[in-house]
Amino acid sequence: MRHRSRSFLRGSAVALALALAATISIAGQSQSPAKPTTAKAAPANAAAGKAYKPPRTPDGQPDLQGFWTNSTYVPLQRPNGVTKEIYTPEEAEAAIKAAAARESEQTEPGTTADVHYDFTQFGLDRSQSTFARNLRTSLIVDPPDGKIPPVNATGQKRQQERAAARKAAGGQYDAVENMPIGSRCIIMGGAGPPMMNAGYNANYQIVQAPGYVMILTEMIHDVRVIPLDGRAQPPSGVKQWVGLSRGRWEGDTLVVETTNFNGKNAFQGSSENLKVTERFTRTADDSISYRFTVEDPQTWDRPWTAEAPLAKTEGPIFEFACHETNYGIANILAGARADEKKAAEQKKGSN
Amino acid sequence: MMRNRFLVGIVSAAVVGGAWLAMDSVMAQQAQAYRAPRTPDGKPNLNGIWQTMNTANWNIEAHPAGPSPVRELGASGAVPGGLGVVEGGEIPYLPEARKKRQENYANRLKLDPEIKCYLPGVPRSTYQGMPFQIIQSTKHIMLVHEFAGAVRTVYLTDQTEAPADSWMGWSNGRWEGETLVVDTKGFNDLSWFDRAGNFHSDALHVVERFTPRSAETINYEVTIEDPKVFSRPWKMSMPLYKHVERNAQILEFRCVEFVEDLLYGHLRKQPAK
Repeated sequence: MRHRSRSFLRGSAVALALALAATISIAGQSQSPAKPTTAKAAPANAAAGKAYKPPRTPDGQPDLQGFWTNSTYVPLQRPNGVTKEIYTPEEAEAAIKAAAARESEQTEPGTTADVHYDFTQFGLDRSQSTFARNLRTSLIVDPPDGKIPPVNATGQKRQQERAAARKAAGGQYDAVENMPIGSRCIIMGGAGPPMMNAGYNANYQIVQAPGYVMILTEMIHDVRVIPLDGRAQPPSGVKQWVGLSRGRWEGDTLVVETTNFNGKNAFQGSSENLKVTERFTRTADDSISYRFTVEDPQTWDRPWTAEAPLAKTEGPIFEFACHETNYGIANILAGARADEKKAAEQKKGSN
Repeated sequence: MMRNRFLVGIVSAAVVGGAWLAMDSVMAQQAQAYRAPRTPDGKPNLNGIWQTMNTANWNIEAHPAGPSPVRELGASGAVPGGLGVVEGGEIPYLPEARKKRQENYANRLKLDPEIKCYLPGVPRSTYQGMPFQIIQSTKHIMLVHEFAGAVRTVYLTDQTEAPADSWMGWSNGRWEGETLVVDTKGFNDLSWFDRAGNFHSDALHVVERFTPRSAETINYEVTIEDPKVFSRPWKMSMPLYKHVERNAQILEFRCVEFVEDLLYGHLRKQPAK
């Protein structure tokens, strides 16, 4: 029943997405004592999975099919002050509890975030759904310090140019093009590749047919159909928001290489020359090891790699029609225009 | 083959006593007799990238060629004529619904959900004119459309009722011999069947039948049922054609970006006067 009410929520609320973007960042900054959670998490993706033989599809591919989530409390970068690479199970549990408490606190009565939606009530807290457990202190496994490498001079120059272009385009609410692409329902940050956990609804469906692997991302119904037939990369002029992916099996591991990004949904400041290599290996009935390497010499002087396991979750995935009921954009822009009109009238009145 | 045709002809002619009808049944039997290559799990293999080759997205009923609804597009935006895909020729609208269809047509530039990059609904997604890919697995069959990245999951196992109404509906499928039958309910009332304003309500029930008719074509038949809008169930039918280019691929058509100025341009900040 809870699942059903969540489905209704998923289909409708873009305003919610806007609210979430605001509350998540607020939550990330808040501090509060740990509270108990009712975490329903998949087992740790331990080294014991090595002997595991994945099931096969009827055409003999290792079978990755089903519903998965990469929801996690492990941050991409190692938190400041943490020096170890791997937590003990007790430390990992404590980190999850602290993060879950911060998440449920964001809609506590009397706080700013409380004027929006109650995540906890609507089952959107990560701790209320399946999330992937991981003893790592950061998703980044290389460089060994668990941090994104420094942005090089070319990358910094591009970031400055992007910032200047944004400034020249005016205020965020001057025009729809100035608003965040997630709020506009074009693509959610984290849709990838690489597939990063989306904060909520971090769910995926994998379906395989001879010669293809399809990955559906719940957020804004993003689909990647990955051909496995060794075909050449498309011409460099064909650029896409999600790039173009080509896959192959290396033993039991699905390796997917993606290039041809349009650069408009930059990953951690990447350029359109980003290359993402993903490796999917089923390590247990209920988990897939997901490792990705990003290479972009115009942004970083070295490649970097992260590991973000997928945990089996409950399906099915309901349609995420985002743009179709995106009242938020029109209302925000109309509100901004009304404010301007009011300010202009007041100015006229005072003259 | 020749002997079969001859035999069927004789039998049919004997029963109905008419050579024309006998020929019809021979053709029907030939189409039915095609046995598609199998997937490794033994089902007719529908995998591939498919597309229709007709003018149904302009108007599912028969229509002559006409001018572009957008003056600036001239001949490039003009409507090609078509013989229609509705069996029996005309959609059996209830009287009030027929009026609404005419209003939709008159206001189509403002109302057609396709113009706004909304999810196309079913079965419009099939014949909208862009390719779609069938990814056929044992439990799920995915229909991945280029337009707006629309996607449908057809549940062959784990079937449930629609949890809520949606644009693309909730699809349960089954195999009937050579045919994939997809039963879809749980629609909202917001999508259209074409650019001519043909529409449905949230009581829409769509049953699609995908029957391979050759290595590179599928017979696609749709039964439409919607007692709030139509006086009886009715059918559409058309072939689907397979893309045989070796590099065929569904590309991104993330059209939200293409319609933002149309939808929100009037809310842009105007330069101070």
